[in-house]
Amino acid sequence: MVKKKMEEKNKNQGLSKIVKTTFFVIAVPIITFGLYVILHGHLTPGGGFAGGAIIANLTALFLITFGRNTVKKPYKEFLLLLESLALVSLILLAFLGLKSTFFYNFLANTGNIFGRAISYGINSGYLSTAGTISLMNTAVGIEVFAALSLIIIIMYTGPVGGEDN
Amino acid sequence: MGSSVNLFLISLGYRSGGVAPIFTNAPKLKMVLPTPQALTLTNIVIDLAIVAFMLSLVILIYKRYGSLDVRDGRLKG
Amino acid sequence: MNLLLHSPILAIAIPLLCGLATPLISKFGKNVRDLWVTLGLLFTEFLVLILTYDVISNGIRIYTLGAKFPAEVVLTANFVPIRIILELDAFSVVMALTSVSISLIAFIYSLKFIKEGTAKIRYYTLFLLLVAAMVGLVFTGDLFSMFVFLELLSISSAALVAFYFHKGESLEAAFKYIVFSAVGALMVLLAIGLIYGQYGMLNIAALANVLKFSFSDKVALVLLIVAFAMKCGIVPLHMWVSDAYGEAPAPISAVLVVASQASLYVLFRISFTLFGGLPTIGIVAWFIIILGILSMVIGVSMAIIQNDIKRLIAYNAVSQVGYMLLGLGVGLAVIKNVTALNSFGLVAMEGGIFHIINDAIIMSLLFLTAGVIIYKTGTKKMDEMSGLAYEMPFTMVLFLIGALALAGLPPFNGFVSKLLIYESTFRFNPLLAIIAILVSILTLASFVKIFYSAFTGPRLREYNKVRDTPKTMLVAMLILALLTLLFGLFPNMVIDNLISPAAHALINQLKYVGGVL
Repeated sequence: MVKKKMEEKNKNQGLSKIVKTTFFVIAVPIITFGLYVILHGHLTPGGGFAGGAIIANLTALFLITFGRNTVKKPYKEFLLLLESLALVSLILLAFLGLKSTFFYNFLANTGNIFGRAISYGINSGYLSTAGTISLMNTAVGIEVFAALSLIIIIMYTGPVGGEDN
Repeated sequence: MGSSVNLFLISLGYRSGGVAPIFTNAPKLKMVLPTPQALTLTNIVIDLAIVAFMLSLVILIYKRYGSLDVRDGRLKG
Repeated sequence: MNLLLHSPILAIAIPLLCGLATPLISKFGKNVRDLWVTLGLLFTEFLVLILTYDVISNGIRIYTLGAKFPAEVVLTANFVPIRIILELDAFSVVMALTSVSISLIAFIYSLKFIKEGTAKIRYYTLFLLLVAAMVGLVFTGDLFSMFVFLELLSISSAALVAFYFHKGESLEAAFKYIVFSAVGALMVLLAIGLIYGQYGMLNIAALANVLKFSFSDKVALVLLIVAFAMKCGIVPLHMWVSDAYGEAPAPISAVLVVASQASLYVLFRISFTLFGGLPTIGIVAWFIIILGILSMVIGVSMAIIQNDIKRLIAYNAVSQVGYMLLGLGVGLAVIKNVTALNSFGLVAMEGGIFHIINDAIIMSLLFLTAGVIIYKTGTKKMDEMSGLAYEMPFTMVLFLIGALALAGLPPFNGFVSKLLIYESTFRFNPLLAIIAILVSILTLASFVKIFYSAFTGPRLREYNKVRDTPKTMLVAMLILALLTLLFGLFPNMVIDNLISPAAHALINQLKYVGGVL
């Protein structure tokens, strides 16, 4: 009887210490690679969706290594807020181009934050070229990360009444 | 079934001898069409959302009815 | 900033923005959230109203996303328009007006119908996303964004059907609905792939110009028609309708009706504008007519035997979609024949389109009334209800208005649209009109059944503890009933100003193409 109780306690505490340390070690390259894919969406394949999915892997790993009960309610609320915030910023960015039309790329070809003009021909990609596309990619990446993490958490720990999408 | 449609869409953009449609650092060859790639990417994301939604529904149905058999449900007609 | 100029995209973007911001705004409290959603919906309604006025007076309006000015159409060397273009003609704005108005009324109703709690945030968000998807579906000018909005529609409406997820039946209904929708959407994608592979462009107007009607185009047409027929709930793909409409909360059933009609809009846009030049269009038209007849007959037959009040109304919805198909199918069948078109083809199309609007109003009224009945008595089965006329006389009158209007009695609006359909289909083929009239009689029979078992009869004892109907719900239903009467007594006002331009716009394929190229 004592053995059974100890087994249950172990199960909810996740995997061993080695795995937990490795998780922290491997989280850094995952985040970096994910951010690389997101930010270079206009230059290399990937973009918002793929990069967000890469970072969402981190939540799945987190759940596996740390057990079912370490995810508390504030984390879920935070993810919901993050998701809404990212989506709202996406549409607001689209609105900002409204003096011409919706979704107008008002940062391209100016000198501003992402505004360098594209040079033709063979060159290695310059990061600050694409204007609003990069900002939108970032917003989409954050949103995909939040949404997929929510889906994984809700599927793993049971429904609480959060939304599915 | 969704994967087959995605593959079909990508193969639509193929040009013989083409390379990946990335603008910078490109060799001077013909490029594969990028539009069906955009369609496919969107489709993959949408299918992901649908499958996630369906799976959550299945989990809830299992919790409610105790089995996954369609005949055990209470809805008919 | 010129509001009218940017309204097409604003009408889609405002509900989207409001819906996505709702979880954030709800942090400030319940009343702020309600106010936010109301403002968003009212603003959308205002935008659609001024758009309707503008498009009907001035003609087709297009909006290009991401170009230097909204009406700019950027063409590549082969006359292919790039960028996503929204194209609004009279039919689009009429459908958009119906959708947003009914959604607004359903929203007023659901202010009190859905009980409080965190679930309401989810409800409002999904509701606003659904409105954005509906408006987007009718405003779009190219096939791929149509696909995207279709998927958004399916997912948000399925999530709303499964809203009460502690009941098993809503989950099953939502599951059935989304499986059907997912298969339909895959077929749409396959059709889009076929068309794109052949022509290299996806803009509907540009495609209408260059379509060559080869074999793969016909396959694409069949796939598209079947997929959207599934989304409208036409027989033989109607299995999800009764479940989904029956298990959803009452205001959502009303909005689902309008969502199915948005899919009906796409069906007709494809048949008339995209494939309108098809030499064998008569076969497609007859196919639509036969599907319409089947839907009418099967829908009403299954309605009569139902025990559950919302499933009965849902099967009647299937039957009414048959009427719309009949009217517009007759118009499609005579589209090449100019004399027949002018004598009865246009009238049939006007009847069909008017019936779309009327059906939206009447079905919403019926579903909302049924919602009140369920709200007060707590049950959905008609066996367990009796004697409600003593408790809720007001609701009974509203229900009676809806039932008589649907069966096609004067002076309600159902009479006008059904009369238009009867007369024109009689001149086309008398047998169809006879079947249509018989189905109307059976519709009336099914509603007599509800009336008899729910309202008349001895009063049950447990009704002493029945709650009062909240005012907002009554106001919403009252608006719908007034619209029913208004459209019935003064139909010319609606037909001349809204529906005739819509029917003409649907036939006039050249004008649609001319808007873009």
